Amino acid sequence: MKSLSKIRLIVIITSVIIGMVYALPNFFNTSQQIQSFNFLPGKKINLGLDLQGGSYLLLKADMEVVFAEKLDSLLSDIRSSLRKSKIGYKKLRIQNDIISFQKRGETSNEKIKSILFSLDKNLILENKLDSFFIKFSDQNKKNITKTTMAQAIEIVRRRIDETGTNEPSIQQQGADRIIVQLPGLDDPSRIKKLLGKTAKLTFQLAHPTIFPDDLDKNSKAPPGYVKLQEDKNPDRFYMINKRIMVSGEMLKDASPTFDRNNSPSVSFQLSPLGGKKFGRVTGKHVGRAFAIVLDGKVVSAPVIQTQIFSTGQITGAFSVQETNDLALVLRSGALPAPMVILEERSVGPGLGSDSISAGKIASVFGLIAVMVFMLITYGIFGVFANVALICNIIFIIALLSLIQATLTLPGIAGIVLTMGMAVDANVLIFERIKEEFNSGRNILDAIEAGFQRAISTIVDANLTTLFAALALFSFGSGPIKGFSVTLMIGIATSMFTAILITKYIVFLYSKKKGINSVFLQG
Amino acid sequence: MKLLRLIPNNTNFDFLRIKVIAFFFSLIILSGTFISLMVNNLNYGIDFKGGILLELRSKNSNSPNINELREKISTLNAGEVSIQNFGKDTDFLVRIQKQEGNQKEQIIMIEKVKSLTDKDYTVRRSEFVGPVVGDELKTAGIYAIILALISIMIYIWFRFEWQFSIAAILALIHDVLTTVGLFSILQLEFNLATIAAILTTAGYSINDTVVIFDRVRENLRRYKSKTHYFIYNKSINETLSRTVITSVTTLLALFIIFFFGGAVLSDFALAMIWGVIIGTFSSIFVAVSLLTYFNINKGEKVDDRTNVPEYEREN
Repeated sequence: MKSLSKIRLIVIITSVIIGMVYALPNFFNTSQQIQSFNFLPGKKINLGLDLQGGSYLLLKADMEVVFAEKLDSLLSDIRSSLRKSKIGYKKLRIQNDIISFQKRGETSNEKIKSILFSLDKNLILENKLDSFFIKFSDQNKKNITKTTMAQAIEIVRRRIDETGTNEPSIQQQGADRIIVQLPGLDDPSRIKKLLGKTAKLTFQLAHPTIFPDDLDKNSKAPPGYVKLQEDKNPDRFYMINKRIMVSGEMLKDASPTFDRNNSPSVSFQLSPLGGKKFGRVTGKHVGRAFAIVLDGKVVSAPVIQTQIFSTGQITGAFSVQETNDLALVLRSGALPAPMVILEERSVGPGLGSDSISAGKIASVFGLIAVMVFMLITYGIFGVFANVALICNIIFIIALLSLIQATLTLPGIAGIVLTMGMAVDANVLIFERIKEEFNSGRNILDAIEAGFQRAISTIVDANLTTLFAALALFSFGSGPIKGFSVTLMIGIATSMFTAILITKYIVFLYSKKKGINSVFLQG
Repeated sequence: MKLLRLIPNNTNFDFLRIKVIAFFFSLIILSGTFISLMVNNLNYGIDFKGGILLELRSKNSNSPNINELREKISTLNAGEVSIQNFGKDTDFLVRIQKQEGNQKEQIIMIEKVKSLTDKDYTVRRSEFVGPVVGDELKTAGIYAIILALISIMIYIWFRFEWQFSIAAILALIHDVLTTVGLFSILQLEFNLATIAAILTTAGYSINDTVVIFDRVRENLRRYKSKTHYFIYNKSINETLSRTVITSVTTLLALFIIFFFGGAVLSDFALAMIWGVIIGTFSSIFVAVSLLTYFNINKGEKVDDRTNVPEYEREN
């Protein structure tokens, strides 16, 4: 009988053994136990955040802010290129995300265009008589977004790593989003605070004669200056020179410390280049207030007492925690774009472990219930189906561990559901065998025919279910994706076990013992 | 050993005789669905609506006071707030509408609730979904269901005849709509897990339908001289035992999730329990009944594999 070929037996036995080897680590509780079994290749199933506890954050980079910044710097580039080429211009400005200017003098429009395109060939450029209009094309925006996101992910990772969070996962999603997963962290408020700051640090001179006491919210800034709020006190303003003397990129290190009055502060060290610049500015402007600006707000504006080179201190009305956080964000560098939190889900460890134990109980009870039912319905055939069912569960656990899919709570439900549905293939086969037997075939023929005919039905039925699972997968949000993966794996393994394992056992049994036909007539 | 027989051998029920009654029943639950959707709408969870959700557990196990919690949270002026018991007496689910302003206001509100309840409660779970994401998830959910329906329809069209595909898809839409209806009538929270439950239900239901259709296709070729009515009834009867046994094993598993799987999964299990029952019903009374309105050719598109088993060819 070809169904009992040696090859088939070998395939079955090897796949079950491999399955067991990969599934086994999941039944050990501690990593120590796993180590004593370190000949096992497998890893444990990846538990989703809803099971192990932890936080999920969906961040979006506010690209509009970045585009505006880039447009600003494009404006300065245009200005300097025009000057360098000695082309007269007037009314160079940005309005509604478009840079415009008018040329003066006789330079040909073509020449101006080629100068502008030499800055960036992807720009959208319009020219009416003497007026030029420049804006970013979609390609420009795409490129900007791409580089911004690469940087942003790097900075987000650095900041999270510095907090010592275990195995964080940071991935880009779509064009401008970042998914941050923090296993084991059930209160992400510190991380949110850290990611909430872009931490753009600049040192800029304050106005020599206009002091905070002279300003209120209606005051206007003279040319070249900008009015900025104080960080801790929104009603207090500073008049700050627009020119950035030294910026955060020149920072080499930052650490929390205490100042002379023993209040928390952050000390920093500049790179050699930054130190040189810092020394030049502080040397030239002794007696003037030098503002420390963080994310567009003035942290403090100490008066320069003496020339300072590479080290300094940032003081302000800080708490110890704030200086820790500020030092951390300064060390890790500024985020290229402000981050907005779109979605947040945090699960405490208590709920996670409750869910796991509920899942375990449901799985064990589900398994027992289905097995008992199969046994009382099909007798010895029920035993065969149950063997197949157990193999099926081993395969599911092994595959989940092997591909390191994430098991979520709905995923456990998926496994329990699969137990119910996995027996379906066996039920289809057994019912068909019964029918064939009752229509007068001898027992071996009935078994052969039953399998043959049931399999086409099984394939059709399972493939259609697979489409529903694929739709779930493409829908693809965290826990749902996990559920669809377990469902798909369940479909595949249940077909495999029914077609290969059940069939082999049934044939083996009927050949050795001859089936008691009473079981089939019921 | 005496074996359990849920369905006797060789049943011969005239299922199609009561198809009008069954259609009427479908019509009632479908109208119930539409009326409830118009009156009650769906109780959208924060996944789709946006907003804040917190699961709190009282540190003090003897009789935590839901009214006290309600009063406390009402001092925050957070707008629409719903507080309910969740699974256990000590556990509460607090839902807060999305706050005026941008994302920052939402996060501040979570912190406010946390610090307010810090003394008496531990936070087991906190979620916040921004309105943008909520809308996206909603669209994605609708797309997922439509995508599933279309791909199933195409597959059945390809494997069977177009009439089968129409009947199967109408039965599926029937199941999806009435499951949505169940959520509307019972005002269960409609969230991401619900979409998963609906699609799994759809998968189960189509599985059931395909098994019966497969038999219909086979019998159409086998009994060329018999009426369609006879063939359809016979096909349902022949697969009845399998239909019932598989429903029972699946329901067993689902009831166990419902009772032992924890509060998070109970709605999910309930949706699927309904789905399995309605899916089984619709496979017989919607899908097959609809076939009677088509005049399907017998013996066209013969599929060798099912018609002549391999063992017969070998002999």
